[in-house]
Amino acid sequence: MKMTGAEAIVEVLIEQGVKDIFGYPGGATLHIHDALCKRQGEIKHYLPADERGAVHAADGYARATGKVGVCLATSGPGATNLVTGIATAFLDSIPLVAITANVGTSLIGKDSFQEVYISGIASPIAKHTYAVRDITRLAHTLRTAFQIANSGRKGPVLVDIPKDITAGILDFEPAGPVCADAPNVPDDALIEKIAGMIQKSKRPVLCFGGGVVSSGASEEIKMFIEKTGIPACHTIMATGVVAFGDELDLGMTGMHGSVAANSAVAEADLLIAAGTRLSDRVAQGRKTFAPEAPIIQFDIDPSEIGKSLESGGSLIGDLRSTLQALMPLVDKQPRAEWMEQICRWKEKDYFPECGNGSIRPHEIMEIIGELAGGESIITTDVGQHQIWAAQYCKTTRPRGFMTSGGLGTMGFGYGAAVGAQVAFPNAPVIHITGDGSLHMNMCEAATAVSYNLPVITVIMDNEVLGMVRQLQWAYHDECYMATEPYRKTNYEMVGKGFGAETYRADTADAFRDAFSKALKNEGPSWIVCHIDKKEKVLPMMPAGKGVEDIILTQEEGGL
Amino acid sequence: MEKTVISLMVENNAGVLARVAMLFGRRGFNIDSLTVSATDNPDISRITITTTGDEQIINQIVLQTGKLVEVRAIRVEDPLESIQRELLLLKLRTSENDLNDIAAICSIYEAKIVDLSERSLIIELTGKSGKIDAFLAVLKKYELIEQCRTGVTTIERGETAFAYEQRESHRS
Ligand SMILES: Cc1ncc(C[n+]2csc(CCOP(=O)(O)OP(=O)(O)O)c2C)c(N)n1
Ligand SMILES: [Mg+2]
Repeated sequence: MKMTGAEAIVEVLIEQGVKDIFGYPGGATLHIHDALCKRQGEIKHYLPADERGAVHAADGYARATGKVGVCLATSGPGATNLVTGIATAFLDSIPLVAITANVGTSLIGKDSFQEVYISGIASPIAKHTYAVRDITRLAHTLRTAFQIANSGRKGPVLVDIPKDITAGILDFEPAGPVCADAPNVPDDALIEKIAGMIQKSKRPVLCFGGGVVSSGASEEIKMFIEKTGIPACHTIMATGVVAFGDELDLGMTGMHGSVAANSAVAEADLLIAAGTRLSDRVAQGRKTFAPEAPIIQFDIDPSEIGKSLESGGSLIGDLRSTLQALMPLVDKQPRAEWMEQICRWKEKDYFPECGNGSIRPHEIMEIIGELAGGESIITTDVGQHQIWAAQYCKTTRPRGFMTSGGLGTMGFGYGAAVGAQVAFPNAPVIHITGDGSLHMNMCEAATAVSYNLPVITVIMDNEVLGMVRQLQWAYHDECYMATEPYRKTNYEMVGKGFGAETYRADTADAFRDAFSKALKNEGPSWIVCHIDKKEKVLPMMPAGKGVEDIILTQEEGGL
Repeated sequence: MEKTVISLMVENNAGVLARVAMLFGRRGFNIDSLTVSATDNPDISRITITTTGDEQIINQIVLQTGKLVEVRAIRVEDPLESIQRELLLLKLRTSENDLNDIAAICSIYEAKIVDLSERSLIIELTGKSGKIDAFLAVLKKYELIEQCRTGVTTIERGETAFAYEQRESHRS
């Protein structure tokens, strides 16, 4: 079949099952947008306010659905605006195909208008990048991009296509959706050996991460915990992924993890790391992280084994199949003493009190959990509000909580929420943000208005860049340089100006009322909550320190 | 620390060397020398990297580099099971009196004098890196004008070839 390169691009997207794409036009995308125009019934194009919105939306769409998210940008500044979002997806292993149009082949390499070498720029922050130079390779390249994005450890792939190739004629051969490569299957002897280590352990702890979500292993992880009775903690990437027995649930681990989780990890004699790369926000080194325990790793990516911490055994492969293979070989071992110890740690944990007249962060999350229902999806920006959301949100299903865990990208949340809402038009999608982050992505309110997406933005307005301020409180003698901006932004007016419904809610009752109303709105809503700037994210395990040094008080004026 | 030689078979696509080099740069791995050359298959290039690092680092280099989409095979070379060679070109300032001595040193090392002008000469030597180091040490007393080393290239002993994955190239 003869068609243009642009038509072939759209044809491949449709054939790969893409229903929605987030794109921003420019001179170089003209042919692609023209081809999209003719197929609007099959593939819907969403225009964000900024390419960053497009890539975060594609990412949020992928996180919400498990499918490959797709975004499209023009050459030069359009392409460079994708960079932060590609890196965000890369560090969280999210499958994404980012298509950039470039200037014509004859202009490439001449510093032409709006020309950048985006496949080079994105190369170290993507799973792979392509610069298409041969029109006969176009369809195959795009298909392979989907395959790479969705195989093994998932991640973003960039495909850069010069304008003349989108205009040129090629001979298109239709194909079906690509299949992800089959993951490695660990051999039986190895599985038995690991099962033996688990059975023999006296003080085991399971730590699971985002791999549980990407491999669809939430049921299996729950069964594993229940069958073995092994207490479990999770990383922020596995927030609200499963509901399991309270006594076994240690909560989040790491820098802002619970006392119980960090204490159990510190005293464990075996640490099972399932689908987590044990980044420095989770494990700050072998001295404090499970110093007495071998760490056994279940990971799809062999390069994670022993990357940051010495490994004591590993099963390489898809987490779901790994757990299924392991399950018959493990059962509940008597560990009464260990469980009693864990109960004692739990009593020492941080339990915030309710505000006196004002609203406190955990109350906001609790009310959202109560009113939003099981189908809701929470996205966050980055800062204190992000960690509060992770600590106190009540979601209990995979893909219901999305956050930029690895890159910590302020500005991620609104685009991600737009993407999630496009994927699930009827689910409540709640974007938890801070005043600082909102200033980076508030323009996406325009997108939510354009497409009548009922995203609820909850602004935890502490009037400061709270998370950095907290670090200044802990490490820099409370010198609040550059974190107290004294902005005069009137969020209710700004939100209204974009066309959103806006509410102010400074008490728990007012928030409950506003949130209930927002849930009924057909378009986007903003709810502004004033939060005391002295509120801290607690517990806090200071960098390089151990469980004994966990901070549980938020008094200012000298720690 | 011991030097380690790592061989890679990579797809002969634009930018592939940059990708490998960038990975080493971004992860803080050392590159002591790097050679790239064509193979009998026009779609495949061979890269040889000499690096330093403990076992954990070498292991990470192999696993991380092996993850690059265009890398078809990667292995750590066993110095006892492989032939490893480097080429040295050396330009020395000479006077007539030195010539015989230099020629004698060259013959011991089986180096060749490949160019001779009135006050300078060029020497060519191939060998293991250690031999080249030793040769340079011996010639230290002469005035060096310029030197150039290619970095290590290597091939395994025995009848097997370095096998790599057979699949369609990611050329675009
Ligand atoms: C793009 C970007 N720039 C800077 C930072 C560093 N940073 C981390 S948290 C934070 C403060 C965020 O402020 P806000 O959104 O108001 O959240 P809060 O901590 O106050 O809840 C900053 C500046 C970042 N993570 N991302
Ligand atoms: Mg703030």
